[in-house]
Amino acid sequence: MRYAMAIDTRKCVGCSDCVVACQTENDVPLGFCRDWVKEVVDGTYPNVSIELRSERCNHCANSPCVRCCPTGASHFEDGGIVLVEHNKCIGCGACIESCPYEARYSHPDGYVDKCTFCIHRVRQGSDPACVSVCPTKCMYFGDLEDPNSKLVNVLKNRKYKSLAPEAGTKPQIFYLL
Amino acid sequence: MHTRRKFIKIGALGLGATALTTGAANWVVGAAGKPTKSSSNEPLGWRRVPTYCEVCFWKCAGWSYVTPEGKIQKIIGNDDDPQCNGRLCPRGTGGVGMYSDPDRLKTPLMRVTKNGEQTYREASWEEALDFIAGKMKEIAAKHGPESMALFNHGSPGKYFTHLLNAFGSNNVAAPSFAQCRGPRDTGFELTFGESVSSPEVTDIRDTRCLVLIGSHIGENMHNGQVQEMSEAIDKGAVIITVDPRLSTAASKSKFWLPIKPSTDLALLLAWIHVLIDDDLYNKQYVAQYAEGFNELKEHVRDFTPEWAYGITTIKPELIRHTAREMANAAPSVIIHPGRHTTWYGDDVQRSRAIAILNGILGAWGNRGGIFFKEGIKIPDFPRPEYPKPAWSWQDTLNGRYPFAKEAITNTIIEASIPKPGMEHLIKGWIVAGTNLVVSIPLKEQLMQAMQSLDLLVVVDTMPMEITGYADVVLPECTYLERYDDLRATAHREPTIALRMPAVQPMYQTKPAWWISKQIGERLGLGAYYNYKDFKEVLEWQLKQVGSSLEEMERIGLKKYPRKTPVYIESGAAYKFKTASGKIQLKSSELQAAGFDAMPVYTPHPQPEDGFYRLIYGRAPMHTFSRTANNRNLVALMPENSVWVNPQVAELWGLRKDQHVWLKNQSGVVSNFSVKVRITERIRWDSVYIVHGFGHHHKPLTYAFGRGVNDTELISRVATDPIMGGTGMRGNFVTFVKTEPKKEAKI
Amino acid sequence: MKEELFVSGRNIPNIDPYLNIWHWQIPSYLFLGGLAAGILFFAGVFTIMGKENKMSVTVKIAPMLTPFALILGLFLLFLDLKHKLWFWQLYTTIRLESPMGWGAWVLMIMTPISIIWSASYVTEIFPNWDWKFKFLKNIEAWLIKNRILIAWPMAIYAVILGIYTGILLSAFNARPLWNTSILGPLFLVSGMSTGAAVILLISKDHKERKVMGRIDILLIIIELFFITHLFMGYKAGSEAQINAVNLFLGGSFTAPFFAFVVLLGLIFPLILETMELRGYKIPVVVPAVLILLGGLIFRFLIVEAGQITRYLY
Repeated sequence: MRYAMAIDTRKCVGCSDCVVACQTENDVPLGFCRDWVKEVVDGTYPNVSIELRSERCNHCANSPCVRCCPTGASHFEDGGIVLVEHNKCIGCGACIESCPYEARYSHPDGYVDKCTFCIHRVRQGSDPACVSVCPTKCMYFGDLEDPNSKLVNVLKNRKYKSLAPEAGTKPQIFYLL
Repeated sequence: MHTRRKFIKIGALGLGATALTTGAANWVVGAAGKPTKSSSNEPLGWRRVPTYCEVCFWKCAGWSYVTPEGKIQKIIGNDDDPQCNGRLCPRGTGGVGMYSDPDRLKTPLMRVTKNGEQTYREASWEEALDFIAGKMKEIAAKHGPESMALFNHGSPGKYFTHLLNAFGSNNVAAPSFAQCRGPRDTGFELTFGESVSSPEVTDIRDTRCLVLIGSHIGENMHNGQVQEMSEAIDKGAVIITVDPRLSTAASKSKFWLPIKPSTDLALLLAWIHVLIDDDLYNKQYVAQYAEGFNELKEHVRDFTPEWAYGITTIKPELIRHTAREMANAAPSVIIHPGRHTTWYGDDVQRSRAIAILNGILGAWGNRGGIFFKEGIKIPDFPRPEYPKPAWSWQDTLNGRYPFAKEAITNTIIEASIPKPGMEHLIKGWIVAGTNLVVSIPLKEQLMQAMQSLDLLVVVDTMPMEITGYADVVLPECTYLERYDDLRATAHREPTIALRMPAVQPMYQTKPAWWISKQIGERLGLGAYYNYKDFKEVLEWQLKQVGSSLEEMERIGLKKYPRKTPVYIESGAAYKFKTASGKIQLKSSELQAAGFDAMPVYTPHPQPEDGFYRLIYGRAPMHTFSRTANNRNLVALMPENSVWVNPQVAELWGLRKDQHVWLKNQSGVVSNFSVKVRITERIRWDSVYIVHGFGHHHKPLTYAFGRGVNDTELISRVATDPIMGGTGMRGNFVTFVKTEPKKEAKI
Repeated sequence: MKEELFVSGRNIPNIDPYLNIWHWQIPSYLFLGGLAAGILFFAGVFTIMGKENKMSVTVKIAPMLTPFALILGLFLLFLDLKHKLWFWQLYTTIRLESPMGWGAWVLMIMTPISIIWSASYVTEIFPNWDWKFKFLKNIEAWLIKNRILIAWPMAIYAVILGIYTGILLSAFNARPLWNTSILGPLFLVSGMSTGAAVILLISKDHKERKVMGRIDILLIIIELFFITHLFMGYKAGSEAQINAVNLFLGGSFTAPFFAFVVLLGLIFPLILETMELRGYKIPVVVPAVLILLGGLIFRFLIVEAGQITRYLY
């Protein structure tokens, strides 16, 4: 099992529903966020283009955050989902420094927090909250090793990219172009 | 001028503190609701309560999830609802913030004068309601019941409309007519006999070509529209966006026409010209269903793309090419009617041009174009006939705006200002669910009207600016805390949706139906409220349509089969709702009233040197000014910014995130400063601002002072003579880099 | 024009607009660790070479500062933790791939070594000190006899500690400014140089000062060489690294870096120490303190600038 996500930049309108849904689902404290939406504008008027991306922890296969954690609080679970065990985390911040995507943050309660791919929902057969709420249905979540999943299908048929592949972390979120 | 009604800067009057402790106990006790199923991922002990959203008018049906401690954790869409397909938009998902907002109105407030200063004091519901009823009786005795008017938006409106109707007044207005969708509704009614309603009956998910004239779906977050546009993109539909700004929709369009602002009508006429001249229009459709074609052909003879190029700056080849795209896709093409169409004062004519385009392409009644809606008619709970008012808002028009089918806010405001020899005077207002101070342009007239009233009652959930002018402020509970009318939206499929409280109302807040009933009973109108509790009404109504409250509490939304076709069967006869039964390409009605029978382009005022046209719009995470204090949503967007083209920024020496004040062509300066966003997405002759910020009422502790309010800069209004729509896009602003001297602000 | 922004209003404290999770505690700890490593290295090496009595401050007195430096450093690290109650989890596991983990364990080893090394010289430096308990006196006797046995691991671990303060940063490849293998040796040399500076400061022995002065000059030259190499490496690297080094070549860090670290912290002391070797009378306080300040500021700048740099995508 290898969980991953594909996000269609052609359809994303940047509404940030994924951010609010994650916040109400996971009780993310206001002022912090586990996912966010970035807008990149390129060109000169009127030859301008926009890319909209919903970003979060990429649950990298070669994740530096798991590697550098001195206590093992950062670890892999089902399907490669990267989680933080709160009571093993000492709040040293090494994982935050090691993430090329700045996906982690220091939770007010002391431990380090980030997107969990809503593992509690995934274990019950649902999609993560952000994927379930997206009004444009531009997000796909699934098992890369399942040839019948919608995720694998959409990756087969579309061009995609991942963020900063040169960082060598093998991110598992793919942006459909 | 003696201000009878001073704006009360409540500040920290410390109101509602006692209410917090007494009312708090109430909401811990949960309302009814079925325990969650094991399949819904929530741990046992949670409750799932059906509701429909109130953050905007789309009213998506959904479920409130309540924890065993009685906290509303999240709101999720109802999978069966065709309006949202199980996915709420960010404002709906953030609806929990409306409930938990610490600045909510908590108790009724009454205006008093203490030590010569006007202020508010907390009052009991008894006192407040007695006062209102007493005043209404006084007004009725002196001026007649017609002298009471209602301004409304959203669910509460229904109950106060009922109250005023029973009282004897028809003077009910929604700003959404004259300040928003009025021109397009009138334009389409004049052409097709009916308009595109709310939610719009555009068949976007099956269209092959979607043309947006200034419409910014994707930033304008009407859920169904955004969902369907996404489906259309997946299906390879061609999107053509006409907008001086690169909106999100424009960035996903095959063709973005960066038009010079205010010249859209020229482009539309050129398109009609190309379609007719090059024989690209839907001949069979026009022959069968439309009349006035030959007049139209003659009318657009000279409106060539070359002519339009000079006006719009859109190249002639592009105009022809895009017209061809539309023709290729016809009849599965939509020239989107838009929604907020009050731009330059000739907006009905522009909407007519859009309607005509749809007509000659054959979109109306075809798949991928405009479909026919069907809904379930929920019968009114048994009541006596409403009395017939002696006069109503039409009598205040004095021959103006002959095609306004709904009340115009501005004429009712006008009719509230006493003038010598005036026949029909309005002396009392109820304002429910709309922040008039921010939504109505022509601020002086509004202020003068409010000063002349004998009674101003505001019903709201939040201390919006309008509450600072009220005699009585009534705190409504949010949609998550009450029963309401069944949602019976007419769309592709008839559906009914139930709203029931997830939790008890917080503080001393009450639902609008209760407020209306309490006032009604004090006015002796008890016969119109022949029920103890709104649940009775719902039970009765649901029985009439073959359901029950018990069933609706379980399923939340019920679908009914259609009885009428959703499209015109190919080639079948169809009678449009116009007088002749045919599409009016030429409007003899307009001609008879002295207006252009077919749209004609007129140039509109342009900004002078150093000024930039003020364009405003929406952001997908906010609804007007009502969410600017919602903590969940301001986490996404705490304030707006003014979009400035990089060339303009260089000219003015503006840097990213610098704060500037805006001054308009009439010298009005914005209350607060605004952040500068330097972006290539906006044209060099315009600036863009998201509407709904710049709140100046301190009780909105988060929203106060953040961002800039565009409405205060809209001092020049171009009123559409056909139906009274207030065109607001003819205002120009310049930058003021240093803090202006504080002038006396209202 | 390229414009990038957060549509969803992200503004996480200490993460936006620039990463700033590690504050003054970390560079201070790196400085103290490097300092201790330098002193203990010299103490070990000169012991092995049999020069304890010629370099008595180096071998006997300066190391007495190191337990305090190391414990203070550890305490600062503890202060930096945000989930302090669980700090003990650090010592429940050995994670070979985590430089932070190494740090915890290396310090676990170095601190006791520095304590026992200093303890073994206490009676020599403070003749009135009495260990009181017999078993302590026995341990002391054993230590004095087997100093070489301790000196070897001490010197080696000192090098490890010194390099580790650099590798800790260079292991974070997400921070382009840190992601260079020169950082380890650079911090080691810098640490040794600061150690030598401390020794210069407290030693009254002219000959010892001359030896340490010569060593220090060599270390500074190597350091300058490494820094040049460092910058050349960035400039020849990816866009992210070029952007990173531009912070120091024209960006906001240029002035503090070249003024305090290079000029005042390295070149000026180099000149002063060379002049002193040539016979000019230079109060030794000046170059020593400059080197120490330079080392501290260097670490502050690198830690802060490194957090600002990031991958571009």
